[in-house]
Amino acid sequence: MLVAISFYLLAFVAIAAAFMVVAARNPVHSVMWLILTFFSAAGLFILMGAEFLALLLVMVYVGAVAVLFLFVVMMLDVDFVELKQGFLSYLPIGGLVAIILLVEMILVGATYFTGANAKTVVDRSDESNIEAFGRVLYTDYAGVFEAAGFVLLVAMIGAIVLTLRDREGVRKQNAMDQMARTREDGVELVDIEPGQGVG
Amino acid sequence: MVIGLHHYLIVAAILFTIGVFGIFVNRKNVIIILMCVELILLAVNINFVAFSTHMADAAGNEPIAGQIFALFILTVAAAEAAVGLAILVVYFRNRGNIAVEDIDLMKG
Repeated sequence: MLVAISFYLLAFVAIAAAFMVVAARNPVHSVMWLILTFFSAAGLFILMGAEFLALLLVMVYVGAVAVLFLFVVMMLDVDFVELKQGFLSYLPIGGLVAIILLVEMILVGATYFTGANAKTVVDRSDESNIEAFGRVLYTDYAGVFEAAGFVLLVAMIGAIVLTLRDREGVRKQNAMDQMARTREDGVELVDIEPGQGVG
Repeated sequence: MVIGLHHYLIVAAILFTIGVFGIFVNRKNVIIILMCVELILLAVNINFVAFSTHMADAAGNEPIAGQIFALFILTVAAAEAAVGLAILVVYFRNRGNIAVEDIDLMKG
């Protein structure tokens, strides 16, 4: 019973927040609703017994992706009210496509798994979720795991290369010049007579 | 009242639909479109985790593999968000706005 109540609560919050992501006027509010959606989805993951992924979802999405979105939304000086125009004109076609998609997915997909096709929850009392996760991830999927790391590396380099720019009139440190400097360039020995001064 | 696989599948289907719907109605705002893509990927992740925790008995199958796929989707989603937002920042710097219908430099 408690599981059912939690499920319906989390599912309702997730769906309502997801709808608000789409409907909110202000993109900053959209990001906030997105964070709420991800929190609720993490709750659903915990309900399903995938604790590790739930915490990962909170860390990656709330901690990194949502903050990234927030930064970009606040950094770009865009007239978001103007971008919101046309919301109502696209509403009928969007709603039609959405309803068709939803009916298809629920009728064809989800209802297949009710009744006779419904399986029991996987019983993993011998091994915790994260133990099972690590056992499979670092053996069967070790290569793909490396590839995932490489994807992140490429994304990181790509984002840096894309947003890096050279601006005129900004003093920059030139490491090669600094290292190529010799003693003769930098130091001058002056023999000063006593009582005369340098100049 | 038992919460079964199809409950989670319906939630994921609704989230997926909201994502697609958001792309339709917010087609001027790239940032919202990117957020909708994240919603769609989240729906896919919910499906993966639901199947991995509710469908055990295919012989020789490791049910946790679904969660590992969800991890990889998470990775790709994070990378996609980073690169997408970087492109957005560069585009805004060059053009001064991010209206989607103005992005037609290539005349595609």
